[in-house]
Amino acid sequence: MAKDLLTGYEPMTSVDAITAGLEGVGYISTRQISTAVYLANGLRKPILIEGPAGVGKTDLAASLSRWLDVPLLRLQCYEGLDEGKALYEWKYGKQLLYTQILKEKLNDVIGDAETLQASLGKLSSFEDLFFSEQFLESRPLLTAMKQEIGSILLIDEIDKSDEEFEAFLLEVLSDYQVTVPEIGTIRANVPPIVILTSNNVRELGDALKRRCLHLHIGFPDHARERRIVRARVDGIEEALLDQMISFVQAIRDVDIKKRPSIAETVDWAKTLLLLHATALDEAFVRDTLNVLLKHESDIAVIGPAVPKMLREAAAQKPGGRTSSGYPDLDG
Amino acid sequence: MERPLTNFIRALRSSDVRVSTGEALDAARTLKLIGYADRSMLKDSLACVLAKSPDEKITFDELFELYFSRSDMPPQNREETEEQEQSGGTSESPDLVDLMESGDEAAISLALERAAEAAGTDDIRFSTQVAYYAQQMVKQMGGESLQARLLEALQRGGQDGDSEAQRLIDIRRELTMRARERAEKAFDVFGAGETQQFRDDYAADKKLSALDRSDMERIKRLVAKIAKRLAIKHSRRRKKRNRGQLDVRRTMRANAGVDGVPFNVVWRQKRKDKPKIVVICDVSGSVAQYVRFLLLLLWSMKDVVPDLHAFAFSFRLGSVDEVLEQNDFETAMAKILREYGMGSTSYGQAWSDLKIHHEQLIDRRTTLLVLGDARSNYGDPRVDLFREFASRAKRVIWLNPEGPPLWGTGDSVIPRYKPFCAQVTHVATLKDLERAVDEILSAYN
Repeated sequence: MAKDLLTGYEPMTSVDAITAGLEGVGYISTRQISTAVYLANGLRKPILIEGPAGVGKTDLAASLSRWLDVPLLRLQCYEGLDEGKALYEWKYGKQLLYTQILKEKLNDVIGDAETLQASLGKLSSFEDLFFSEQFLESRPLLTAMKQEIGSILLIDEIDKSDEEFEAFLLEVLSDYQVTVPEIGTIRANVPPIVILTSNNVRELGDALKRRCLHLHIGFPDHARERRIVRARVDGIEEALLDQMISFVQAIRDVDIKKRPSIAETVDWAKTLLLLHATALDEAFVRDTLNVLLKHESDIAVIGPAVPKMLREAAAQKPGGRTSSGYPDLDG
Repeated sequence: MERPLTNFIRALRSSDVRVSTGEALDAARTLKLIGYADRSMLKDSLACVLAKSPDEKITFDELFELYFSRSDMPPQNREETEEQEQSGGTSESPDLVDLMESGDEAAISLALERAAEAAGTDDIRFSTQVAYYAQQMVKQMGGESLQARLLEALQRGGQDGDSEAQRLIDIRRELTMRARERAEKAFDVFGAGETQQFRDDYAADKKLSALDRSDMERIKRLVAKIAKRLAIKHSRRRKKRNRGQLDVRRTMRANAGVDGVPFNVVWRQKRKDKPKIVVICDVSGSVAQYVRFLLLLLWSMKDVVPDLHAFAFSFRLGSVDEVLEQNDFETAMAKILREYGMGSTSYGQAWSDLKIHHEQLIDRRTTLLVLGDARSNYGDPRVDLFREFASRAKRVIWLNPEGPPLWGTGDSVIPRYKPFCAQVTHVATLKDLERAVDEILSAYN
């Protein structure tokens, strides 16, 4: 088993190596995240990531693929997604086209057959031709199994798919193989690292949860968010950065519809840079609040409180506080 | 599998974290991969494998701290001592008095652990057992010989004997205290969850009218749990494939690419009605307590049943949606009782108010839910209006806090309404309420 566990993905030797590797491609990880990735590789289990939108769930998959230099295969889930879109499909059109073209050849093939039985026999030897790899449209799940060097398989927003699809997925993910009746079983040489993400649109089935490692990524604390913005946005002033992150963190404590996540902070930082801001002042923040907040009602709540929050943000020392309830202990 | 892990998983299970056998095996493999060396890494890893929802993560964190703080000794160490034990057979345990006076913390806690294991302390279920298990542990550690020595010293008397006795008494006290601590910890880890569970089960079966204030918090927590359970069950997508009816238009569109040859057949789908509930509550004194829990339950399920309207009456009937939305539940309930609870009950008046002001709310996908004892003070029950509502609504369900033997006695007019109800149910406990709401929502699936 021990040997089995270590096939592929050599760089993942330890939790620290993962943290360092991810940082190398611009993803600031936490110990929790790295541990989950390490276990996913070690136990060969999918990771189910939950958490608010825009905290880097999807980005983790992309960064892993960049770091390990393996392909990223993405399956975006939606209501009504079925096996045909996820696994494989026969290229009906191509098959049809080929039959049309080959029609004329038909006589040559069965020309010398005397009886109906004989011609049927001859035809059936060609049947397999139409159900071969050539006519197989491979969708993300099958493609992931076929990768020689392994891959990162991202199944995004699994909570948006139907329950039937969830059940079907269980089957594929439990033994990393796919059976195409006409061709045979395709087994992954190096099993993909599977990452499922969920925004909790609906409660996922127990069976799926049981088979996955569970990782919750919450909003980052001050220090981590600072490092993330630093990694993403070049040339922003230290003092300004501290101030804006304190401000964003303060907004997250307010009870609003959609709390700004890392993606919004990064966008805001870019906005500040673009507008050559040197310090956060009231008017400026109010003008750019729509970058952080995506609901009219949220802006109405936060808008009047801006001066007070700014004062507090300026006074506040960067502290290790997370609003998710899961302290992201980070260097 | 390793014992510390199995015990930890048992503790998790008793605290309502569901750990399947598969997950337990995963945890064992995780241990193999990670080891016990790095405690915080161990915690993160096990959290990944064992706790799969925010609630479970919180419970996990608490228990992890409790459980793995207890065995300060690294397990490898423990195994070693076990081996020693086995090789040495049942060798003499070191003298208890010497041990306690030596001040060797490691040795003392090791002895305590061993005694706890022998006494089965981890099987503790109720806080009342703490003293018992502590006593058993002391006994396991040689408390009897200590007692004998103490007696002997007392008999001997004299200054020498007295000081010896005092010394032994101190040791015994210290020992008992430590054993108690250990037993209490075991209760926190293994027993607290189960006790909670036991009390919850008890409360769910208790008559709602018999609940007193001290049960309130528990019931509220239970209601929240029930609401969540029902919400998960009923939040599935409301769509049903109607196999057998071909959707010609969509089939043609789906197969346009293959020359209209129907490779992919699309069947007609029928969207299911979303639940719509109009709940009418008799808030006169005898029923008020039940109303409280029904409304609390229904209101906790707002996500699943967005179309929910509540009315209260004793004499005049009025909508209480707004009150419930704008206040927290307790305040809202108090307001409702103050406003509607004082009149003399008249079902006839309530129906005519409903007819005049709110009739349009009842349509063919509405479940009309009535909670009341149908005791109308001998007034006209206006069965004609009730029949009209029943024919407009999808179903009418009547929840009656009174048991069937009382139906129709005195001023109870429930037998006259009964023919128009899909169901008349006697609700006495929280479980009854859960069943009733479950049943209502199931009708929409």
